[in-house]
Amino acid sequence: MSGLMQEMSAKALKLGIPLSVQIDLTYRCNERCVHCYLDHDDHGEMSTSEIKNLLDELASAGVFFLTLSGGEILLRKDFFEILEYARKLTFCVKLKTNAILIRAAEAERIRSLSVDSVQVSIYSHRPEVHDAITKVPGSLKRSLDAIRFLKAHGLKVIVADVLMRQNAQDYAHVRALAAELGAEFTLDPTITPKMDGDRSILDLNVREAALQKVFRDESLIGNVEEFCAPPAKADEEALEALPCSAGHTACYISPYGDVYPCVQFPLPSGNVRRSCFLDIWRYSGALKEVRSIRLRDLPTCSACTHVMGCTRCPGLAYMEGNMRGPSLQDCEKSFARTGIPSTNLLSQAASTHGLVQIQAVSSCSTVD
Amino acid sequence: MTCKLYVARSRSVASRKLGEETMIMSGLDSTLFTLDEVATIIWEAADGSKPLEEIVDSKICTQFKVERAEALRDAEALVEGLAGHGILLLSSESLTGANSPRKAEE
Repeated sequence: MSGLMQEMSAKALKLGIPLSVQIDLTYRCNERCVHCYLDHDDHGEMSTSEIKNLLDELASAGVFFLTLSGGEILLRKDFFEILEYARKLTFCVKLKTNAILIRAAEAERIRSLSVDSVQVSIYSHRPEVHDAITKVPGSLKRSLDAIRFLKAHGLKVIVADVLMRQNAQDYAHVRALAAELGAEFTLDPTITPKMDGDRSILDLNVREAALQKVFRDESLIGNVEEFCAPPAKADEEALEALPCSAGHTACYISPYGDVYPCVQFPLPSGNVRRSCFLDIWRYSGALKEVRSIRLRDLPTCSACTHVMGCTRCPGLAYMEGNMRGPSLQDCEKSFARTGIPSTNLLSQAASTHGLVQIQAVSSCSTVD
Repeated sequence: MTCKLYVARSRSVASRKLGEETMIMSGLDSTLFTLDEVATIIWEAADGSKPLEEIVDSKICTQFKVERAEALRDAEALVEGLAGHGILLLSSESLTGANSPRKAEE
């Protein structure tokens, strides 16, 4: 984050302004990615006029960065009407899409509306791997063609890869492909549980060895020694820090108008069909609770050696059952990075060890 | 400056007021800018219909203790700087007409 951006974020925090909002326009999608956390049925999406009213409210509330995502945004027939309206309200608009419906005409329209960036999901450079993840034959070719159209119109494109067992070997190739296309590259090593709480897709997470390899890839993370260094010791001032921007300067709104602190933090905080956005943002009890939490308030994590450098996601912790608790996936990442187990991992290992002892006694008894 | 200078916000930028300041993202290269309180007043008045000196007279000199000549000099430097980043459009004629450069952005 640039110095100016940090300064603006600090100011937004002080003024209580939601600087960044993501709206998922639809959960419908034309791909069926194996790792997706959404269901793809339409349970009553906001209408065009509801979304326009919401955009008016967001602009009045001071939202600057507006991410339009899904599902697949281009499945909404009113997508360009919504985008045009958002740009008239002078939002800095970022799009997230699989891009398979973007051809030259769509790319030109997106450019003409001065969209800041278009993030396109690419999971492998190999069609057999990418298409197996999206479950749509030919999807890699369609997405890559779309990136070429977008780049030809001078748009900033970000290739977004998600690390999972199916494609763990491919991220460097995807990165090279992005560079060849003139696109930026981002790699997410976290599979998110489904919004309904189903955690079965977490089995797609890469094994520790693969994560260690990624965290030691200098071309990806820069200074390996610095990145993988043992965590710094926490002081009292550092423990006053906020866990992340969710609910503080950012939030997420579903296609049905539900407001959450973040797309990865499905804590019900209100619905824009029943209340105006600013009332939810200012007075929601759920958001107030999120805002009250400092690092020192996290019972396990505040005493953990990783508290200063951990990427702990409060949303993942919430989905594990406690927004003040640890997020196992982030504990695993801290361990893969530094080789030092977190307090949570140590306590889980101790409890597993206890079970093994009980099994051993039981098996001895059987032999006897 | 001898001729009148009309100023208009580019339609390709993103902008939002944050307290007394304004955040602006260039549509050309995603560079982020912030405008202070005085620059924000000029930005908000830059609809292409009024010359800069009129904006300075009506919005700056009436609200701030500043010499007109100095305020106009500073305002000209500001708008020229912003125009260099494609954030503002400058013209010696009104920018609200059908054939104006601003209309051409649409």
